[in-house]
Amino acid sequence: MPDANANELLQLVPKAEGKQSMKDFKSDQEVRWCPGCGDYAVLAAVQGFMPELGLARENITFVSGIGCSSRFPYYMNTYGMHSIHGRAPSIATGLATSRRDLSVWVVTGDGDALSIGGNHLIHALRRNVNLKILLFNNRIYGLTKGQYSPTSEVGKITKSTPMGSLDAPFNPVSLALGAEASFVARTVDSDRKHLTSVLRAAADHPGTALVEIYQNCNIFNDGAFEVLKDKERAEEAVIRLEHGKPIRFGADGGKGVVRDPLTGDLSVVAVTEENQSRVLVHDAHNPSPTTAFALSRLADADTLHHTPIGVLRSVERPVYDALMSDQLDAATEQHGKGDLSALLAGNDTWTVVG
Amino acid sequence: MTSQVSSPAGKSDEASEAVVGEQRAPHIDRTGAIEKEVRRLDRVIIRFAGDSGDGMQLTGDRFTSETASFGNDLSTLPNFPAEIRAPAGTLPGVSSFQLHFADHDILTPGDAPNVLVAMNPAALKANIADVPRGADIIVNTDEFTKRPMAKVGYDESPLEDGSLEAYNVHPVPLTTLTIEALKEFGLSRKEAERSKNMFALGLLSWMYNRPTEGTEAFLRSKFARKPDIAEANVAAFRAGWNFGETTEDFAVSYEVAPASQAFPTGTYRNISGNLALSYGLIAAGRQAELPVYLGSYPITPASDILHELSKHKNFGVRTFQAEDEIAGIGAALGAAFGGSLGVTTTSGPGVALKSETIGLAVSLELPLLIIDIQRGGPSTGLPTKTEQADLLQAMYGRNGEAPVPIVAPRTPADCFDAALDAARIALTYRTPVFLLSDGYLANGSEPWRIPEADSLPDLRTQFASGPNHELADGTEVFWPYKRDPETLARPWAVPGTPGLEHRIGGIEKQDGTGNISYDPANHDFMVRIRQAKVDGIEVPDLEVDDPAGARTLVLGWGSTYGPITAAVRRLRAGGESIAQAHLRHLNPFPRNLGEVLKGYDKVVVPEMNLGQLAMLIRAKYLVDAQSYNQVNGMPFKAEQLATVLKEAIGA
Repeated sequence: MPDANANELLQLVPKAEGKQSMKDFKSDQEVRWCPGCGDYAVLAAVQGFMPELGLARENITFVSGIGCSSRFPYYMNTYGMHSIHGRAPSIATGLATSRRDLSVWVVTGDGDALSIGGNHLIHALRRNVNLKILLFNNRIYGLTKGQYSPTSEVGKITKSTPMGSLDAPFNPVSLALGAEASFVARTVDSDRKHLTSVLRAAADHPGTALVEIYQNCNIFNDGAFEVLKDKERAEEAVIRLEHGKPIRFGADGGKGVVRDPLTGDLSVVAVTEENQSRVLVHDAHNPSPTTAFALSRLADADTLHHTPIGVLRSVERPVYDALMSDQLDAATEQHGKGDLSALLAGNDTWTVVG
Repeated sequence: MTSQVSSPAGKSDEASEAVVGEQRAPHIDRTGAIEKEVRRLDRVIIRFAGDSGDGMQLTGDRFTSETASFGNDLSTLPNFPAEIRAPAGTLPGVSSFQLHFADHDILTPGDAPNVLVAMNPAALKANIADVPRGADIIVNTDEFTKRPMAKVGYDESPLEDGSLEAYNVHPVPLTTLTIEALKEFGLSRKEAERSKNMFALGLLSWMYNRPTEGTEAFLRSKFARKPDIAEANVAAFRAGWNFGETTEDFAVSYEVAPASQAFPTGTYRNISGNLALSYGLIAAGRQAELPVYLGSYPITPASDILHELSKHKNFGVRTFQAEDEIAGIGAALGAAFGGSLGVTTTSGPGVALKSETIGLAVSLELPLLIIDIQRGGPSTGLPTKTEQADLLQAMYGRNGEAPVPIVAPRTPADCFDAALDAARIALTYRTPVFLLSDGYLANGSEPWRIPEADSLPDLRTQFASGPNHELADGTEVFWPYKRDPETLARPWAVPGTPGLEHRIGGIEKQDGTGNISYDPANHDFMVRIRQAKVDGIEVPDLEVDDPAGARTLVLGWGSTYGPITAAVRRLRAGGESIAQAHLRHLNPFPRNLGEVLKGYDKVVVPEMNLGQLAMLIRAKYLVDAQSYNQVNGMPFKAEQLATVLKEAIGA
């Protein structure tokens, strides 16, 4: 549901002349991810979806940090920067806030965004800078060859944790909601259609959009999301959220999410004639993040059962870049365009005559 | 401090130790009151000292403004603790402000105060060692009671035990007098007491015949929302003035004539280093016709630049207070990628955090200004004190071979020109540039001849607009790392330019195309060419001030310029022969530096660190430079340097 403000912000980015195709967004660089990596699917989805936006290619910029996913910009035939570990949101913030005519995308991973760059991520979200952040979550460190990540399940056996990892994982969606994010969504690498629909919603959103993409690392954490992909099991494990629709899943929509009237918490129930009316209707635009947060907590961190995907939250609130720009305009309106001579002279001068 | 390096013969403050003056005898005026004696002085050093809550910095600032508008040359040294309100009445809580003003050109805030204003026993105790015998000391006697004295270890009152006999002590019950003067204002005792700094300012303003309108106007505007408080402060200020005029303890007032001869024709203002630097950045944006983008995180003593720039959004200046130091420089670099003049401001600890991003900027070859207002280190160190110990950090504090040009201002006002120069290098050579100021320059102030905006250097640069390379098959392409043959700078192609879409990053790039390359020979080439680019930056030759063919050279950089020049003047006035040179560019060094150094038997390098510049020149030029160091958080004193240099000449 793109709103007026969203259109207004998108208007600042020049439109492409003529029709674009997926090919236009492929760079001449050879893609060097491991064969079978989930990143390929995401790259294809992004390249395939970009022409839909109809934006001038030269006004699109991809900024990334460090990690497997952060090679992404090299493969996009747009402007791009492959920066340093964890810092992409800060670099993108400088770019987006100084150039409102650009569509700025951040590509990051679970280590990049949630470990070394956690601080930048939460602050970009709370400021609501006009960035689209694609967080590739594979629950493992791939580029450094297989250490556990901040989204790995407790007890994960890896090279750095031969007796099992000790730390409780982050749930990126819960984290983003807690950081005042105005748009939070989750999708899965292998579901091209769903991924594209979520990307579309993110692109339409004015402000920071965080999209968590469950992405399979077939080398170091293969099958991490199998339960969400395997047709039979996924039906019971995945909760597909759609704005305005009752939250039901499972075979024939046999399961639903209801609110406990006593605690206010959400739970999954078998839908019956009696409780059918109590099944929650998803409201992504609810000003309060409380229900979205409760939804994000339904997933079991270990088994990923009851993982909601789709747009959990999409609300409008002031966009940092616009506010910053407004202040510049207001200052000019109040004091006139800056006059350097007057500034340098100040109010308290004396003159020496020769 | 706007002077040339060589001093006009015979007339230089730092050449003479004593304050000379001519006297006028007192006479009775027509009203029958005694018109007090007025002595003419050529220069005075005043130090206001009190508790950190006593408003000493404000008092000093006001006296400075009065002095500046009167037309004296001046130089200031604020000195305060890192704690916002250190425990009251203690030695660590003492805050002071020293001001040196003269009827001629001066270079430093002065070594030793002629007048000390001590608002409490702690202020007296903390400062007395710097006060030469015979100097005036004005003390607030109200504070010299048992407890405040005991707090700083005075068993007996120093005002009564004879320990101050060598000084000209003026005991003044400043607190009582202030409360008395304000009794009609209906303020509480505590509120009234707060104006005692204005009483002291009034007294000093009378002693030195300062104009008062500026201070009164300042108070009324500062307390515009509390007119009662404004008027109370004005009343205290006037009471202080009248006290000087009427009381017999102050028999003499002084006159320091405007320094009209010391200054070239022009319009002047007083300016601190951080303000000059802020203006320099705004001017650089205007001269480059680029929007300025400051990404910064608050840190002492650099925060004032963030504050100042955020006031000037009508110049198109964007200021972004980031979540941390890393995000500050990250945002600045992101803005630079987008075509802004990216700037980050910080101090030593912040530079440490920014190091990785500076390395990225070296690799991306984008223009970026890194402003380091150095303070005492290591770690948190001495946040409010000055030091020059970040030179090697700026030079080498990154992984890999990551050369960054370094520019250093020499006086507070020079921060303006240094900012423009740093921007010139960054924009011309597409490189991050360090500007190394320090706490002393940042907070100190001096008169500044306001430049004509039209006379500022042209810093305009060209963004890439089309293909710059032809492939073998005749295809025209854009190569982001194809260099300008003269400057070795790469093209700056900003997003939004059709046809120049490209990707850059911190991974090694292939020469020309900018594509990822792990080729050994290519890496070797790229490392060398990045170094060659910085080595080839055009900087002016080092000027040497050597009027008499000396055998000893004193070489400095940054804020030591004032004390070194003052010391050199003293030596020359005493008949010694010494040459002086001061570096603005620390990387690359001026082309002629090696030759200059080899022209002298002895090279002395005074630094507020353990010899970092000395190490660089010894390594690069194989010159046996002699290092002289002080790392106590304070600038050198001219006398101290004169002694050291004299020994070096004689040795």
